[in-house]
Amino acid sequence: MSTTKDTIPGAEYTGTRVEQSTREIEEMANQSYKYGWATEIESETFEPGLNEDIIARLSAKKEEPAWLLDWRIKAFRQWQTLTEPTWPNVSYPKIDYQSQRYYSAPKREKKQLSSLDEVDKELLETFEKLGIPLDEQKRLAGVAVDAVFDSVSVATTHKEILKKKGIIFCSFSEAVHECPELIQKYLGSVVPANDNFFAALNSAVFSDGSFCYIPKGVKCPMDLSTYFRINAAETGQFERTLIISDEGAYVNYLEGCTAPMRDENQLHAAVVELVALDNATINYSTVQNWYAGDKTGKGGIYNFVTKRGKCQGVNSRISWTQVETGSAITWKYPSCLLMGDNSVGEFYSVAVSNNYQQADTGTKMIHMGRNTKSTIISKTISAGHGNNSYRGQVMVMPKAANARNYTQCDSLLIGNQCGAHTFPYIEVRNNTSSVEHEASTSKISEDQLFYCKQRGIGTEDAISMVVNGFCKEVFDHLPMEFAVEASNLLKVSLEGSVG
Amino acid sequence: MPEVQEQGVDKARFLEGVERFRETGPAWARAIRAKSATRFNELELPNRKMEDWRFTNIAPILRTPFNLVAGEAAVDVSTLAPFRYGGGVAELVFIDGQFAPQFSRAAEGVTSLNLSEALTSHEVLIEPHLGRYLNGTPNPFAALNSAFLADGAFVHVAKDAAFAGPIYVLYVNTKRDNTVTYPRNLIVLESGAKADVVESHVALDGASRYLTNSITEVAVGENAALHLYKLIHESGEAYHLATTKVRVDRGGSFKSHAISQSGKIIRNEIGVQLDGEGAHTSLHGLYMTSGDQLVDNPTAIEHAKPHCTSWIGYKGVLDDKSHAVFSGKVYVHRVAQKTDSNQLNQNMVLSDKATIDTKPLLEIFADDVKCTHGATVGRPPEELVFYFRTRGMSEAMALGMLTYGFADEVVNQIEIDPVRTRLEQFVFNKYSPIPA
Repeated sequence: MSTTKDTIPGAEYTGTRVEQSTREIEEMANQSYKYGWATEIESETFEPGLNEDIIARLSAKKEEPAWLLDWRIKAFRQWQTLTEPTWPNVSYPKIDYQSQRYYSAPKREKKQLSSLDEVDKELLETFEKLGIPLDEQKRLAGVAVDAVFDSVSVATTHKEILKKKGIIFCSFSEAVHECPELIQKYLGSVVPANDNFFAALNSAVFSDGSFCYIPKGVKCPMDLSTYFRINAAETGQFERTLIISDEGAYVNYLEGCTAPMRDENQLHAAVVELVALDNATINYSTVQNWYAGDKTGKGGIYNFVTKRGKCQGVNSRISWTQVETGSAITWKYPSCLLMGDNSVGEFYSVAVSNNYQQADTGTKMIHMGRNTKSTIISKTISAGHGNNSYRGQVMVMPKAANARNYTQCDSLLIGNQCGAHTFPYIEVRNNTSSVEHEASTSKISEDQLFYCKQRGIGTEDAISMVVNGFCKEVFDHLPMEFAVEASNLLKVSLEGSVG
Repeated sequence: MPEVQEQGVDKARFLEGVERFRETGPAWARAIRAKSATRFNELELPNRKMEDWRFTNIAPILRTPFNLVAGEAAVDVSTLAPFRYGGGVAELVFIDGQFAPQFSRAAEGVTSLNLSEALTSHEVLIEPHLGRYLNGTPNPFAALNSAFLADGAFVHVAKDAAFAGPIYVLYVNTKRDNTVTYPRNLIVLESGAKADVVESHVALDGASRYLTNSITEVAVGENAALHLYKLIHESGEAYHLATTKVRVDRGGSFKSHAISQSGKIIRNEIGVQLDGEGAHTSLHGLYMTSGDQLVDNPTAIEHAKPHCTSWIGYKGVLDDKSHAVFSGKVYVHRVAQKTDSNQLNQNMVLSDKATIDTKPLLEIFADDVKCTHGATVGRPPEELVFYFRTRGMSEAMALGMLTYGFADEVVNQIEIDPVRTRLEQFVFNKYSPIPA
């Protein structure tokens, strides 16, 4: 269990976890995707198309320094030489990158907002509707939030408290102006611009995102969170997150996302880079709930994301926890480069694909330092016509003496039209390491269902219970409110998957 | 490891001498050869960019121009003695790919003869099977074997016949550098038939460099059972590229033991299609690598019908600078409900310079299935070594005994006594520090 409760001042006790989740599940009962509305807000949008001119305009709009524009242009040129990957186990019609819009932002009069009062009322209402309290006075969640609406960051809360500790938590655009030396040092240091097709695209056109720097020896007093929202039609969202945990620092980071229901597919190609120096820890949790498309597979978000963490220092630790429920297609491999001696990488994932959703997700653990450890727990659930693939790589380099890896990937199949696939790659280059990999695929056991039904629990509820139990190992690594949201999401995602 | 495969390897070179076989055999066999030569020309030569060859660098094979064997080598009974097994069983011996009738024996209750002869004498038995189980494999070396289709073992067991003694198929390579042989085996078990086949590849000279490119096709009929043992004991400098393709009918069973003893580069691919309800397959393997050996064991099981069971269990012991690759692919079709499939790949790494790449894959489209896979890589466990040490044994001895025990788990399942005994001795000599 995460230590959220200890770290949030004023978090109220609201019943046991079981009571709470039962209550929440009831509320969610006959609900489908509840974030599917769009906000009518005046926004400034570029015309569709992608070329060096668009990038220059985007950069100018954000008043970026010359080096960043150069970096973008270089990435764009590299992107043009790359081809879209065809190896993932997903299929989708060819994306026309020229018909996308690469900039959309809510219009606002003033350039810089000095306080939340100046944030557009409609925007605040939007986030309120999403359950993201931006209003600092309320202090409901006790979590510092950076909210990103389409391409720009609209508000960051709790800035003052963080500032006292020396923590920098702001939008990426602000960070470019406020601490350019950190950005210049770390941008692209984990995911180089030419890393892959989508990372290169992101590097060329990334609009905004979150930046976070935890100074030496500081334990971040609250969980940091970014909330991403796609609103405008025909736009892609390309945000970039960079988190640096300096020596001995500690941070919990949460990321949430939603989008309106639209018939056409929208592209989300983000890059997340984490850097952990000596003795530093970063826990990164995602509850991904973009719009998954309707029952026939129409619409939904293409979530093509590159996430990578670098355990650069000794004894550093990076932990990824993700709940992937709401994309038409997910293509995502949060990875750890375990460079420092004794560094630790963890990956806990639940991926659900119902209806016509496709997910190809997993992780890479690259062991380079001595005594490095990694744990991979992946739970995939396929229902309806969904297809779910785990793709993972565990690589132990010759110098990574005494490296340890434990991998467990379990798949659950619900219904006879879905598919579950496992593609693990284990590459070991020395003999002091030990690598274990286990995987299983099965359906929900008749015995368990029978047991529940015998005690008067309906089929859907029984399945929900079994599925929640199946995912428990992963949910245990999520902070409390995320765990509740995740288990609700799971219920909604699997609704109607049993006849 | 060189990342780039040979550039500009002349493909035509591989087909040199193919015309020698063009006019032999029935028309349909000639058609297979012609079609396969075309297919070879269409296929890309293996390189590290191809998923199937990602970890397997066969550049040394592509670089070497291999020639067909010309003329017969003089081999006498005493030279062959260490490679043969006694007993009144059927035996087929090939020397440098050419059938050696003087060493071969037929037996009651089974049709076993060389393929080139069988193509004329048993044409009706062969035609429905030969070349039918390769399922358009993208491996150019399989196409090459078919283009040179000439000789090998043909084994046919009639309906409900159970042949007790094993059928030994022995491929002997004499000292002929830079030669290539294309053994082509076909094993057909009619419904209810039972048989054990031992296919071994040996070398008279431990240092000669040659290439064995073999294909074994197997058809297991309804309720039939075949146990195929494949022993790869080539010369230390030799290359062995093999494809075994199996189709199992309703209620049938195919078991295999694939033991890689020696050879510079070995790639022993096995693909089984479970194409009838209640069919079963279990694939066992052991690879013992040392020096700068490369051993690749791609296995694939296709569950095409419901209620089938399968098991893949491969173990590896890696020493020196050797490199082992394992991939296990289990594919479950939408209709193949009630599939039960398990897979385990265990590797013991003795040296710091050895490399292991393992890739256990599951692709599942049916929901009512039980599929598991597992893979482990490591050294002999410290606690076990400690146990031996507390009892006064040296570390070397502890490691040797543990390694022997690890490898012997595969060997001691072999049901044919003389084969098992000889292999156990081999494993013992290789790993145990106790003088035999």
